[in-house]
Amino acid sequence: MEAFLSNIDKVVDGFSWTVRLTLFSALFSFLLGILLTAMRVSPVPLLRGVSTAYVETIRNTPLTLVLLFCGLGLNSALGLSLAGSVAWDVFWWAVVGLSAYTSCFVSESLRSGINTIPLGQVEAARSLGLTFTQNLRLIVIPQALRTVVGPLGSVLIALLKNTTVASVAGLGVQEASREMKLMFDQGIAPVLPTFVGFAIGFLILTLPLGYFFGWLSKRVAVAR
Amino acid sequence: MTATPLVVLENVDKHFGELHVLRDINLSVNAGEVVVVIGPSGSGKSTLCRTINRLETIDTGRILLDGQPLPAEGRGLAKLRSDVGMVFQSFNLFAHKTVLQNITLGPIKVLGQSKAEANARGMELLERVRIAEQADKYPAQLSGGQQQRVAIARALAMNPKVILFDEPTSALDPEMVQEVLDVMTDLAREGMTMVVVTHEMGFARRAANRVVFMADGQIIEENTPDEFFTNPSSERARDFLSKILTH
Repeated sequence: MEAFLSNIDKVVDGFSWTVRLTLFSALFSFLLGILLTAMRVSPVPLLRGVSTAYVETIRNTPLTLVLLFCGLGLNSALGLSLAGSVAWDVFWWAVVGLSAYTSCFVSESLRSGINTIPLGQVEAARSLGLTFTQNLRLIVIPQALRTVVGPLGSVLIALLKNTTVASVAGLGVQEASREMKLMFDQGIAPVLPTFVGFAIGFLILTLPLGYFFGWLSKRVAVAR
Repeated sequence: MTATPLVVLENVDKHFGELHVLRDINLSVNAGEVVVVIGPSGSGKSTLCRTINRLETIDTGRILLDGQPLPAEGRGLAKLRSDVGMVFQSFNLFAHKTVLQNITLGPIKVLGQSKAEANARGMELLERVRIAEQADKYPAQLSGGQQQRVAIARALAMNPKVILFDEPTSALDPEMVQEVLDVMTDLAREGMTMVVVTHEMGFARRAANRVVFMADGQIIEENTPDEFFTNPSSERARDFLSKILTH
């Protein structure tokens, strides 16, 4: 355990990348998820079709494949670059892959939230003269979000853990589990304590998240 | 009363699949007039009410508001709807907004009023429906009767040309019906143009200029309340009245 603790700076550094990956991916998947949901419920058949096709395809593709596609396909094979340095280039490609994947789950959660809103409220908003987008922005999405705070918390926790796939799936992104593997490979610290140490590191991040979202969902719940 | 037709329905037909819910409806409502639509369940009266702001589309015929045909969709339709107030059976207040916010949302977002202006007018309307002390509560904290009065204030805040009432008291406990009807009666006296679908015969007698009786998707009879209730001309109306007025 001492050998592990003496390398704690590496561990912290690894987790700091995990957190960065999670934050950026969460932000983009949230925004993309809202857009996909808005398209899914829009009166335009083409938008609905595109959104449905996207969500059904990506949601049913293993994350490893999505990330491999970003890393090996778009980044390496096609030579598309998102940043000057290699480290940031793979970082941003990992964010793209994780956001593309997670947005589907955000969208599906939100859509289930939308289904809980009584149609009457939507009709009432329409009868006041609100446009479709105003209706979505002012009435539907705010209430849908409040009802799915709990599920969104689960999506976020899954995202945080999914960042570990980014280092094995062709991208070699800096993050906690990669740091752990490097420590194994270099024989810096015994395997078991290192393993337990990193597992505890993930718990330290995910447990409070779970409790926070549990508290938040009660806090913002809409009484009906 | 000047006979300016504000709402006109011409030869309106509508189907729900096989069901012919509106059959060749012709109706015109003058400015300042209170028209009460009554009839048995499934007669199409709610559907009729909902076609006037195009919450229901129609198959054939046309509907004019203030001489203009209803736009099919888009901003034109939104504009039209802002001129037509609607009060629903199930209140349909926005659950995540306070009472006052429910009322000011439309004026701010649709009419472009300032928040201060909308709030002042909102409070004025809440006074009018006798519920100003509840302004900062959420809909779920109010009784049904209170919620429906808020819904009426919400409709009024848009300064509509006409307000549609779709069975406004049908979801209320009996002791709350009167408070809502009182507010509606006041509105009628003040000259608001109203189309009211209801089972409240007392309100129809007291406040209506005209009663429209519907059955099986058709307008069977149109008359003044006095004439209709004391001397209905159709067999169908006599039958309906005998069933509801005997108890």
